[in-house]
Amino acid sequence: MLLEVRELQVEFHTRDGVAKAVNGVSYSVDAGETLAVLGESGSGKSVTAQAIMGILDVPPGRIAGGEVVFKGRDLLKTKEDERRKIRGADMAMIFQDALSSLNPVLTVGAQLGEMFIVHRGMSRKDARARAVELMERVRIPAAKERVNDYPHQFSGGMRQRIMIAMAMALEPSLIIADEPTTALDVTVQAQVMELLADLQRELNMGLILITHDLGVVADVADKIAVMYAGRIVETAPVHDIYKAPAHPYTRGLLDSIPRLDQKGRDLYAIKGLPPNLTRIPPGCAFNPRCPRAQDICRTDVPPLFEVDENRRSACFFWRETLDDV
Amino acid sequence: MPEPVPPKDEGAIAPTGFGASMDLATSDGETVEPAGPGDRGPDERARSLWSDAWRDLRRNPIFIVSGLIILFLVFIAIWPQAIASGNPLSCDLAKAQEGSQPGHPFGFTSQGCDVYTRTVYGARASVTVGVCATLGVAIVGTALGGLAGFFGGFWDSILSRVTDIFFGIPVVLGGLVLLSVVTSSSVWPVVGFMVLLGWPQISRIARGSVITIKQNDFVQAARALGASNSRMMLRHVLPNAVAPVIVVATIALGTYIALEATLSYLGVGLKPPSVSWGIDISDASKFIRNAPHMLLWPAGALAITVLAFIMLGDAVRDALDPKLR
Repeated sequence: MLLEVRELQVEFHTRDGVAKAVNGVSYSVDAGETLAVLGESGSGKSVTAQAIMGILDVPPGRIAGGEVVFKGRDLLKTKEDERRKIRGADMAMIFQDALSSLNPVLTVGAQLGEMFIVHRGMSRKDARARAVELMERVRIPAAKERVNDYPHQFSGGMRQRIMIAMAMALEPSLIIADEPTTALDVTVQAQVMELLADLQRELNMGLILITHDLGVVADVADKIAVMYAGRIVETAPVHDIYKAPAHPYTRGLLDSIPRLDQKGRDLYAIKGLPPNLTRIPPGCAFNPRCPRAQDICRTDVPPLFEVDENRRSACFFWRETLDDV
Repeated sequence: MPEPVPPKDEGAIAPTGFGASMDLATSDGETVEPAGPGDRGPDERARSLWSDAWRDLRRNPIFIVSGLIILFLVFIAIWPQAIASGNPLSCDLAKAQEGSQPGHPFGFTSQGCDVYTRTVYGARASVTVGVCATLGVAIVGTALGGLAGFFGGFWDSILSRVTDIFFGIPVVLGGLVLLSVVTSSSVWPVVGFMVLLGWPQISRIARGSVITIKQNDFVQAARALGASNSRMMLRHVLPNAVAPVIVVATIALGTYIALEATLSYLGVGLKPPSVSWGIDISDASKFIRNAPHMLLWPAGALAITVLAFIMLGDAVRDALDPKLR
């Protein structure tokens, strides 16, 4: 296994108390595999990623427990110095908004080249040549001419390609993409996703795709982990989830996708709001919004039940949910 | 308005240009998103904050006027012999307080020295003190404020309290107390005093600026791609945070020149045999009724110099931060 996250717990110390942003999350990604982590804002999906990368702001954040095993080594027990060498070289991250993720005062060539200068000790000139290669690889037209342009001179899609190029520069074995297409318009989204998937296949990388867009997930992911209030509520191979979700929250998410055959009808929305992380309700965190909630859901935290070999659901009533198609 | 600049290379622009982007498919059938009209028009070339600012400045009459005055001042500070052949220290008591006469357009001081020569030579002290004090303040203030802003925490709080204390020290009173014990007649004690009292102003601005920039995604992205703290600071944070420091430092330069004259006037700044406008103003003020020319020339030179630097600071501020206009 390339990356295994085990029982990860992350807390934030705020004025309102301790917010448990990640509360015992476990997932794994293998080389060449794509894991989609799905969830609303505040479900802890980005915080998990930051903890894996080691770029969590501490304080106010704190990793309260768990393991992040990357290539057989627990990163949480690794010294910061060595983690820094892993970041960028062996695991890299792509951010949501490429414009704000690129330094406005440096040309894209300088920023791409920096990867080689920092990690490979290359000369400025060689790094520049590699930067052009990278830009060609992510299919930026006229790369040679544009290598000296500044980020604001590129369109949104092109900027995201540059972010992808930076992340891919040293051919890492794991990429975490945090909502890589959210800031782009729909036609460009598909192209950027395709590029990401192509490069992943080519380099046989593990990819963690963090998103709240179920449409993006269906095409590229191998498996899905659905998060809610800092916990994983369901993990499954991608097709199983679309066929029949085993958790009422996943069900709600799928039902809220606009569909052509439901034209004219009201779009379904999960009622209520995600809980305040400083005051997660007792029992199942989803119980106040769950159409299926029973007394047990308000008192006991559901463990991850084994639905089948590859599938888990944190719902006491997963059987009923599965059957309810 | 951008002036028409010939495009770097017609051929290079074609694939991303507006016309070509109508056709979304390139020759090999792969789709490419439209680059957008604002992306790279034919009259645009690579621009950064600095080249943008420089373009604004060149068109600003205030910048041109103040720039010319300052260039002239710097020139006579370096090479006063070019326009004044006499010796500022050779005085003839017989001619004390005499008015304008051939070869001595500004007349004589109460000691019988040539006012014109002394006014020209006085520029050196003013420019030296102004430039050195500003450089010192900018370097010390940026370094301390920048580090405090970047790392935050305990040392940041300490620094903030220290700047508060320094802000409480009245400049003139502090100068009278601290500089009255100095016997050296060189500019360095004065410069040192200005750096000592001036750095907190810059440090506050640098700290605030660094804190703002630090929260940008690109700093987080640089970290996620393996940049070390020093690299993040020097290459990603500092170049983006330095603009307000430059603006305030330029304006402060004028006030340091005025402060030097003030301290010299009070007898604690530069001391004879140094030549300084402040000293001359002080000497002349006793004779203002019978020989006003002795006061007017050095005072006028001082006023023009201070005004020129403050105007330059204003122009630089407009160019670097148009929002403040």
